[in-house]
Amino acid sequence: MWAYAARRTAIGLVLLLVLSFVTFVLFFAAPVDQARYACGKQCTEEQIAVTERALGYDKPVYEQWGAFVKGIVAGRQFPADPEVRAAAPETVSDCAAPCLGYSKLNAKTVNELIGDAAPISIALALVAVVMWLIGGVSLGILAAVTKGSIVDRGIVGLTLVAYAFPSFFIGVFMLKYVAIRWELVPLPRYVSIEDGGVFTWLENLLLPGFVLALLFLAGYVRMTRAFVLESLSEDYIRTARAKGLKGRVVLFKHGLRAALTPLVTMTGLDLAGLLGGAIITESVFAYPGLGLLTVQASNAWDLPTIIGVVVLAGAFVIVANIIVDIAYAFIDPRVRLG
Amino acid sequence: MTAPSSDLDSHLGVPAETGEPSEAPGAVVSRSPLQLAARRFLKDKLSMASLIVVLLFFIAAVVAPFAVKFGWIDPLSSNQDLLDEFGLPIGDWGGISGDHWLGIEPGIGRDALARLWYGTTFSLAIAISATIVAMVIGVVAGIVSGAAGGWVDVIIGRIIDLTLAFPQTLMLLALSSVGLAFIHQTLGVPNGNPTAAVYVIVVLGLFGWTGIARIVRGQVLSLREREFVQAAQMIGASRRRIYFKEILPNLWAPILVTFTLMMPAFVSAEAALSFLGVGISAPTPTLGNVLTDALRYADSAFLYFFIPAFMIATLVVCFNLLGDGLRDALDPKADR
Repeated sequence: MWAYAARRTAIGLVLLLVLSFVTFVLFFAAPVDQARYACGKQCTEEQIAVTERALGYDKPVYEQWGAFVKGIVAGRQFPADPEVRAAAPETVSDCAAPCLGYSKLNAKTVNELIGDAAPISIALALVAVVMWLIGGVSLGILAAVTKGSIVDRGIVGLTLVAYAFPSFFIGVFMLKYVAIRWELVPLPRYVSIEDGGVFTWLENLLLPGFVLALLFLAGYVRMTRAFVLESLSEDYIRTARAKGLKGRVVLFKHGLRAALTPLVTMTGLDLAGLLGGAIITESVFAYPGLGLLTVQASNAWDLPTIIGVVVLAGAFVIVANIIVDIAYAFIDPRVRLG
Repeated sequence: MTAPSSDLDSHLGVPAETGEPSEAPGAVVSRSPLQLAARRFLKDKLSMASLIVVLLFFIAAVVAPFAVKFGWIDPLSSNQDLLDEFGLPIGDWGGISGDHWLGIEPGIGRDALARLWYGTTFSLAIAISATIVAMVIGVVAGIVSGAAGGWVDVIIGRIIDLTLAFPQTLMLLALSSVGLAFIHQTLGVPNGNPTAAVYVIVVLGLFGWTGIARIVRGQVLSLREREFVQAAQMIGASRRRIYFKEILPNLWAPILVTFTLMMPAFVSAEAALSFLGVGISAPTPTLGNVLTDALRYADSAFLYFFIPAFMIATLVVCFNLLGDGLRDALDPKADR
């Protein structure tokens, strides 16, 4: 078990290194002026030249990547060039490990930008995951036990329709009609726990969380339904029925346990994918999370921020993969690790 | 064992419930797996209805460029006379009339039906192209991975892990400025919408191939132990021949099903990218950019806002139902 965990972690680290390198190559191998990107659209030629030295873009890609990786492990200082630092000590900013870079445009380290934005994305992702798990699992079970009936068809059909409408359409509809015109819910805007308390924080997350959850709901309903149906056809269920257990006991005590294990994997991976920012939802509701940060960085050509968020989001997915695989072995004794 | 069936049933070609060949008196009718699958599919009303809707969308998409050329629909010219002083269509229901069946676009005053109809052409063209790119990469990777095994399999597996680790939407958006510059300057694609279209197709394909690669790999792992592959190896067939002439023809069922399920995902992705400002821009319509434009009129022109979303949803639902129906018909064991 421990050997397996260690090997998976090692492979994960290598994967993360490759991910960051590929990201660097993707962004820097293109025939574009990287310093112009990092500096922003409005920069003059001199500013661009300064930026180029300050961020080390005059060096080859692999050296810059090396500096980036070193920054993650040991932290680094910006400007990257020691001479520039010595010439203007007042502009030096420290970026402690794990340093993800420096955004010239925002005059902040990428870590600070991510530190501001991440709690919002994480809160949104958690609210959404709770909603789609509760909704998806209960509707999925209901559909499974009423298999073939109008209830089953209605649940599967309606969740598919909800998934089929573009997320940004549903978001704007919720905003303009449900919140503004019909005033069914308060207009959502992000309020941190410190500013408004837990209740206001949660209340404001409900609508965006719901829009985000709708994207995943159909999939979880169908999976739960399929897994429950599969486990209900197992021999041990027949045994449980044969010895006279009530239908409810059979379903909840015997059927669901085996059926819901695969959902753990899916939930872990989907949640990890969302931690990198729910771009569309955050854009529609103007929630300044990681998704909106990337949109703004992309529009402003703020390359260091983009790379920082991509590497962080990739790290979430890789770590979640490892955790899920190991956790799965603990939950399900049938899984053998090799 | 044969299922009992009446004379009438066998004459009408009604299959037995068990899916086994029904028996006519004195003659055993043999049916290939394909015929059985086709029968199962034809009996499935929901899938047939979806197929018809999908075909209608395709026909509309193919006809649209001709309709524009011959002037039956006009997605570009403005009808300012049909807008009021706020730029909203005059009349109830968003200016729906005999001339403009789905009303008028607010602001510029172009015909909504013409834009959506012509937009379907571009949306479907992008979705199909991206699906083909993803399928080609995924099928080749899956076959090579499954058939070659060993370190080739390991490397392709790791590449799949790496591709999945990239945050997809984020990459599509973040790479756009660099990617567009690369496609325009290095590949020499004309600037503007051609470059944007190539970018969307390529990146959707490059991030979308992993699913089919895994499915194909799994299928190949079982196929390569079959006698016909061993026979081909015995007579000294080349590796390429075995991959693409022996194994590939046996993979059409999962490929068809995945194709049908990937298309709607890419129609949605095109719309989402339009919303994020990546992709084809007006005046050339796509379902995505028409809907994105309509967001500005969400509260003042509901129909203009709702109809594009409804069309995207219809496409996505029907493609998904069609894909499910095909899977059920082709693989009756996969009972969901």
